[in-house]
Amino acid sequence: MTMQPSRGFHFFHFAAPQTFYPLAGRLAPVFAVLAAVLAAIGLWLSFFVAPTDATQGEVYRVIFIHVPAAWMSMFVYLVMAFWSAMGIIFNTRLSALMARALAPTGAMFCFVALWTGALWGRPTWGAYWVWDARLTSQLLLLFLYFGYIALTEAIEDPRRGDRAGAILALVGAVNVPVIYFSVKWWNTLHQGASVSLTKAPSMATTMLGGMLIMALAAWAYTIAVALWRVRSLILERERHTDWVGAELDRQGARP
Amino acid sequence: MNWESWSAFWNMGGAAFYVWGSYGVTFLAIVAELLLVFRRRRDTLTRLQRLRRAQGGRLAASPDSTD
Repeated sequence: MTMQPSRGFHFFHFAAPQTFYPLAGRLAPVFAVLAAVLAAIGLWLSFFVAPTDATQGEVYRVIFIHVPAAWMSMFVYLVMAFWSAMGIIFNTRLSALMARALAPTGAMFCFVALWTGALWGRPTWGAYWVWDARLTSQLLLLFLYFGYIALTEAIEDPRRGDRAGAILALVGAVNVPVIYFSVKWWNTLHQGASVSLTKAPSMATTMLGGMLIMALAAWAYTIAVALWRVRSLILERERHTDWVGAELDRQGARP
Repeated sequence: MNWESWSAFWNMGGAAFYVWGSYGVTFLAIVAELLLVFRRRRDTLTRLQRLRRAQGGRLAASPDSTD
């Protein structure tokens, strides 16, 4: 049996670093502008449209960054695990670079989720930090991000670093459902999900809207930053090729 | 409208430290990440360009590239 080359759209066409590099360069600013516009709308909803919370007062407004950041920190890790699996299965060079490009942004959102959670916990629970299941597993996620970055940077041979990172990303992904379901599985101080697919959200529509738009802004931001970062990684990795040489000359010729 | 004045807005019903502490640090983290990403781009370009000149216009493969 022979594989028929398909006409039309080639998924793997864009898996070639040489074609993805300019594409990423064109897409990143689009997502950056999208992120800025969404954040502006989201912040306006968060502070000027969403009403004061009946029980918590104004401090609940931390939710508009806390929840999107926490979602993003979990989602980015899953996407890293996805690209890691793709890299192992198809041996595509770009996959591991995508995982590497996402890690610092995931770590940043993970830190933001923990930080805003601490500042929200103090006035509502009376403590910046408690060792409950949700907080502890989220802290573990931050260490998984740090571990992934340290491991992939420390290994001299980039392809071996890719593989070691891929294994850590895939094993560590087990922690993500643990974080998500921790509030159900254990008796935690942290409240349950405010938004779920199976029941009506337990919050006012404008609050929910603000939170979802801030989450979309976080998505667009993550895509933009990861695309910018992967461009540097591609140049680094493909330095021996003629097209990178040409790109270096082109960039060098600029004032 | 939630706020009677700008000072009421900045006061956040007495929760200014917690609310602005959250938004402020998040803003700083995003700015820091963007600066690092653009600096990395600039550093990568200058380092590879210098290497390329030193190696006579052709860069050696990074250690992995046996493919």
